[in-house]
Amino acid sequence: MSQQALTSTLFIAVVLLTVGITIWASRQTKTATDFYSGGRSFSGFQNGLAIGGDYMSAASFLGISGAIALYGYDGFLYSIGFLVAWLVALLLVAEMLRNAGRYTMADQLAFRMRQRPVRTAASLSTVVVSIFYLLAQMVGAGTLVALLLGVDDQLIKNIVIMGVGVLMIFYVTVGGMKGTTWVQIVKAVLLMAGSVLITLLVLAQFNFNISELLGAAADNSGKGVEFLQPGLQYGATLTSKIDFLSLGLALVLGTAGLPHILIRFYTVPTARDARKSVLWAIGLIGSFYLMTLVLGFGAAALLDTGEGSTVLESGGNLASPLLAEAVGGGAGSTGGAVLLAVISAVAFATILAVVAGLTLASSSSVAHDLYKGVFKKDQPVTDQEEVRVARIAALVIGAISIGLAIPAQSLNIAFLVALAFAVAASANLPAIIYNMFWRRFNTRGATWSIYGGLFSAVGLVFFSPVVSGEIGIVTSMDWSWFPLNNPGIVSIPVGFLLGYLGTISAREPHSEEFYTELEVRALTGSGAEGAGSH
Amino acid sequence: MTEPEAGGYRETSHPVYKELQDSEDFQDLRRRYRSFAIPWTVAFLVWYLTFVVMSNWAGGFMNITVVGNINVALIFGLLQFVTTFVIAFLYARHSQRHLDPIAARLRDRFDQKGSA
Repeated sequence: MSQQALTSTLFIAVVLLTVGITIWASRQTKTATDFYSGGRSFSGFQNGLAIGGDYMSAASFLGISGAIALYGYDGFLYSIGFLVAWLVALLLVAEMLRNAGRYTMADQLAFRMRQRPVRTAASLSTVVVSIFYLLAQMVGAGTLVALLLGVDDQLIKNIVIMGVGVLMIFYVTVGGMKGTTWVQIVKAVLLMAGSVLITLLVLAQFNFNISELLGAAADNSGKGVEFLQPGLQYGATLTSKIDFLSLGLALVLGTAGLPHILIRFYTVPTARDARKSVLWAIGLIGSFYLMTLVLGFGAAALLDTGEGSTVLESGGNLASPLLAEAVGGGAGSTGGAVLLAVISAVAFATILAVVAGLTLASSSSVAHDLYKGVFKKDQPVTDQEEVRVARIAALVIGAISIGLAIPAQSLNIAFLVALAFAVAASANLPAIIYNMFWRRFNTRGATWSIYGGLFSAVGLVFFSPVVSGEIGIVTSMDWSWFPLNNPGIVSIPVGFLLGYLGTISAREPHSEEFYTELEVRALTGSGAEGAGSH
Repeated sequence: MTEPEAGGYRETSHPVYKELQDSEDFQDLRRRYRSFAIPWTVAFLVWYLTFVVMSNWAGGFMNITVVGNINVALIFGLLQFVTTFVIAFLYARHSQRHLDPIAARLRDRFDQKGSA
């Protein structure tokens, strides 16, 4: 069996497995609560796995190990930021959101504020964050498959992107949250198993001696001891150092504002289960990111990462699959072929599970917040109607993502994900935190912080060197004036500041009065949505 | 139950929420929650930002080799993992011991009065 045939077979197996799960789950999806939150019937452990499956994206598995393989120590920041961020979710967000909300991020704001403005704002930022994130995954899938099949053909990449788009629409419209969750659980198990296997094989080559591995990575990278020290990627100038700080801020504050992560807290029966799921997720994600360190330095030690190498050409994205081939016995060997195919299939499953979660989060918000909460505000909307709208929204969002991903293929995956984190940290997190902790917070504060964070993050990127100028997407013109690639260091404070200013410039007695109910619900679970009810 | 009424707000709140909020149990719960969550959040954010800032501007210290090829920067990074696991564990223990029992008591009171 040739490498291509083996890889294709495993990809098809992943697709069939996830499609089978989705069809099975569709039989148990009847009510709106089933569709949006899987009937709130998952255990803390199951949801912890699903959170891991939702969170450890192509950017993590392929991107971080690739960044470490190319830039050494600086790639490690992603691992650390992505993990520490979970403490924000654990200590400040998960349990209270579970108790105060129902299906979407906007629910906990609409609890005490004017429905129409806050649901519109929260829905817009949900869709924007999710689409940036979706683009990253879809572009990653196209690149991955084309490179693995050994064809750098634009048509093949486009077909893969469309295929991923069709699959994610299928998972969400047919399987709802239950199908999506099981796809994520299976993916998390596959990803952990694959990573443990490769990590052990890499460590075995260095007698399980980390220092030896690091030494080999430094030697083989051609950069020597600097490869193990901070600064190789970001240390050149003051601007790049501030960029690094800005990225670090967005990573640590973005996670707890990602809509596809937030809605996962609604899939468990109680706030205690939400806490347990975050604890499992921290264990899982933490172990995974420790392994990315071995994968990244392993790739640097064992693969060619110099000029003209495949690892460098792919921006690091192929470091993990090629490392699997190397530790399996090298190119041309049976072991190498099998491991390359397995790890590529795991990466593909990773992408599928994440895009399903993102499509679900954005279509839920369109149906529940925009359609039910804004357009049909004064009319009753039945559960069936709401779910039907959510399915249509999934279709539309899927189609838009395909349409955007095809021309977006030149964009760097890590940049798109970092942008999604920056928007989440600037637009969503301030509103969530203020709402839970500040009685005075009101509709104006919420809308100002969401729009302010959203537009400043996206706007600053538009005027950054990423978009125009020498190293930008548009090279023929240069309208950049903002020096950083990562907007977080400005846009996150803007989100918090506008939330504060908006609030103190308006009085909204209703919001303050209803804070009582919100706070009691959030902290005790009194009156919170129960499992399978309503 | 979250159907909005005229003016764009949710329906009126049940008076039991105010009663629960005023109770000594609830004040105690809020104090115990906030006195854990807020200082620890500040602590881990400062600790994390220290790591980021030192990676940028304290090369001399971060590049000191500790043993073999393992330098201070790597150990600092790995310590971020350790502290994340430890703080998560401490929070879980704190919640279980000090928050969950009070929340359960308040929920019982709510179920007795609120459903009426």
